[in-house]
Amino acid sequence: MSGGALAVGDTLTEKVFTVTRADLVAYAHASGDHNPIHQDEQVALSVGLPGVIAHGMYTLALLGRAVAEWTGGAEVVDIGAKFTSPVVVPAEGGAEVVVGGTVKSVADGLVTLALEVTCGGQKVLGMPRAVVREGTVSA
Amino acid sequence: MPVDPSLVGRRFPAPAPLTVTSERVGAFAAAVGHPGAAGDVVPPTFPIVLAFDAMQAFLDAEQVELHRIVHGEQRFAYVRPLVVGDELSATLTVTGVRQIGGADIIATASEITDATGAVVCTGKATLVHGGAA
Repeated sequence: MSGGALAVGDTLTEKVFTVTRADLVAYAHASGDHNPIHQDEQVALSVGLPGVIAHGMYTLALLGRAVAEWTGGAEVVDIGAKFTSPVVVPAEGGAEVVVGGTVKSVADGLVTLALEVTCGGQKVLGMPRAVVREGTVSA
Repeated sequence: MPVDPSLVGRRFPAPAPLTVTSERVGAFAAAVGHPGAAGDVVPPTFPIVLAFDAMQAFLDAEQVELHRIVHGEQRFAYVRPLVVGDELSATLTVTGVRQIGGADIIATASEITDATGAVVCTGKATLVHGGAA
């Protein structure tokens, strides 16, 4: 389903995105967040992390990407989540982040999406949420 | 090195405004694979670029090292969409400090304004400071 009106209860087609360490380097440059825990295994381990982890904001950006793909680029008025579990990105290959959800409500011109974001079968975002403006779907 | 609770209410502006250029937006969108015309569509998490500058100003002022910080939560609420050409400023306010299991949980709110001073977006974030690792 893309481009059509979103109705309460609609299931949004699951999106699978692969995150590599090269993506994290590109994101560090684009966002200005050069925290070494997202690039350097030794630093990540030294602060008690299981390895290099994706920026929480990278994972949230993937949620934004999924919303844009589902809605054809609708105007986002609210987006956010808790970063409850790290997305550990291996040196070789990548981590697969799965974004799915349903349309929770449509009211007052706003569409609220209830989302679930997982990596390796584990939820990585807590209370992920996006609200888009109805009628701004561009595709 | 616990974070000082008297920080609550203090404001930390980003050191410089940020002009939303096609180049910056395009690089951000490319890094996360965001769909749409390159350099034209502003991804909804793009304001983190500016919110991060304000956060860094806060960390520098408090001499907290970035690698001891983990992002706990982030939300953005928009008053209007960002567009290429916007000149944005950000100010971070510390809204709460509490400690859980030896870590400081720092709650912050960021206000992002355009060149006219109008608020275009507000951010809420929690930063987790790991203490002595």
